[in-house]
Amino acid sequence: MAKKDMDLMDSSAKIKLGRSDMIIRGFGYAFVTIYAVCCIIPFLIIIGTSFTSEASINTYGVQIFPKEFTLKAYSMVLGGGLIFQSYALTIIMTVTGTLVGLSIIAMTGYALQRQDFFFRNIISFYIYFTSLFSAGLAPYYLLITQTYGLKDSYLAVWLPLLMSPWLIILMKNFVKAIPHEITESGKIDGAGDFRIFYSLILPMLKPALATIGLFLALGYWNEWYQSSLFLSSKVDVKPLQYMLYEVVNKTSTLKQSVAGQYVNVTDIPTVSVKMANAVLATGPVVLVYPFVQKYFVKGITVGAVKG
Amino acid sequence: MKSKEKVAVKKYKSKLTFGQKVWQSRVLILMCLPAVLFFFAFNYMPLPGIYVAFVKYNYRDGIFGSTFIGFQNFKFLFSSGKLFQLTRNTILYNLAFILLGNVMAVFVAILLNELRSRKFVKVSQTIMFLPYFISQVLVGLLVFYLLNYDSGFVNGVLGSLGLELFAPYSNASVWPVILVIVYLWQQTGYNSVVYFAAIMGIDESMLEAAKVDGANGFQRIRYIILPSLKGTIVILLLFALGGIVKGNFGLFYNIIGTNSLLYSTTDIIETYVYRATLTDFNFSTASAVGLYQSVIGFVIVMVVNFIVKKIEPDYSLF
Repeated sequence: MAKKDMDLMDSSAKIKLGRSDMIIRGFGYAFVTIYAVCCIIPFLIIIGTSFTSEASINTYGVQIFPKEFTLKAYSMVLGGGLIFQSYALTIIMTVTGTLVGLSIIAMTGYALQRQDFFFRNIISFYIYFTSLFSAGLAPYYLLITQTYGLKDSYLAVWLPLLMSPWLIILMKNFVKAIPHEITESGKIDGAGDFRIFYSLILPMLKPALATIGLFLALGYWNEWYQSSLFLSSKVDVKPLQYMLYEVVNKTSTLKQSVAGQYVNVTDIPTVSVKMANAVLATGPVVLVYPFVQKYFVKGITVGAVKG
Repeated sequence: MKSKEKVAVKKYKSKLTFGQKVWQSRVLILMCLPAVLFFFAFNYMPLPGIYVAFVKYNYRDGIFGSTFIGFQNFKFLFSSGKLFQLTRNTILYNLAFILLGNVMAVFVAILLNELRSRKFVKVSQTIMFLPYFISQVLVGLLVFYLLNYDSGFVNGVLGSLGLELFAPYSNASVWPVILVIVYLWQQTGYNSVVYFAAIMGIDESMLEAAKVDGANGFQRIRYIILPSLKGTIVILLLFALGGIVKGNFGLFYNIIGTNSLLYSTTDIIETYVYRATLTDFNFSTASAVGLYQSVIGFVIVMVVNFIVKKIEPDYSLF
């Protein structure tokens, strides 16, 4: 809502504020506050516990305010070094995947929105159909591992996240808002289709690129599923979230994450090390998302219903 | 584009031969090519592998060399009651997710709209959006350390109040409620965005007029805001129903994992197929369940699309 409208409503509300408005408003503030607190508490538990000594966790359970403050879990996780390798891998995958995926999605979205493109309907349906009917996990798994031979390859994780029918439709919806005359004017000036796309359309698609790029980046950063399918224990360095999964669920990875410092698993402050890994793996997203939230909102409203 | 131009373009198109069409749009075709190849490699190539659902798979002979056994894999799944249990769990969870998810989203969107402090709305929206951005792995971890018997946060609170402790990880019956709450926790911020935007789009003069006519807050919500949202609600509900046999794998897998004590109430199609594929290497059974799911899902989407086309042709999928 524009600020002006808001002020207008504010002043009119002051003129006459009925009892029911007061009730709704009071209830609204209370409910939203409680709900927001519920959204945050689990994060506070993770952060607090990551700074708590294992002895204290064993006696009192997880805690938001550490009863016995320690940085041991962090010094162990950071000293283990595995997290840095995992970070490097995840950053490389996220950056390259987002750039490549975004380029392909933008080109495709533009071509499929061109009214004079002979094959736009058939290609649109070809892409859309994949979201209607799928072969299922087992044939997919056999294809990737046996036919393509991508077991234990990072490509098996990186490639499938490049695009989705939904993101292409979202791009089409963004392109739709650009007047057709721009393409026409380019044609009259004798520019080729790619030239028109690159020089005229792309600069106008900046909000779309930001929105879709962020969805892609979030997908890469939070990736754990493809990794769980295709990366076995033969692969030492896993994407961050899957590393977190293994640290939480596998003692061997938990040990590996604090490598060399403690031989005995019983010496590792298990819970706080898991929490420290969780904080380090999630931190960047939590720090960045308030600044890019508006692009996600844009994406949700533009792509809520198909195009 | 105006309809006259459209007709002209159509006429022009029909005059060209296929080869001419390809040559004329070669650049646009090339621009689509990476995406076309991508979907071919990852979505169309697996389709022939569906055949594995009809064989007794063995690794040495591969999919197409293994013995053909017709519908035996399906028969076993039907007769053992497994398929029924998986389908029931998947659909009931999705129904709860869809219905309560939308009720919650509308509720939150309407409340946010009633609040007057812009700053409060902005900050609370940001906080409610946070759970959407984290990975399902972290969600699993959060739930475990909230609820586990020994060190969980909830038991910490209950214990300090001298109440009886809660042991959900050995009690299958409580999980439907927990999983629905976790789903709402993670998705409501996201889902409410659409409704909030729709409310923002309501004609301000209508709300003003209602106020002048003496409508109180409840009446405004009941007679103006809710009816304005009806279209959005119906369409979003229908589309969500189209995916009713597709389970939320990440949620169930990360929270329940391989805790077989809880399977009776928490095993959905996806988790079963995942275990059959990656733990048991039982590709034939996994594929049979997957195919069953795909076919049912396809039929449901077709029906939903038919209904949407009847009530709101603009929104139909095709």
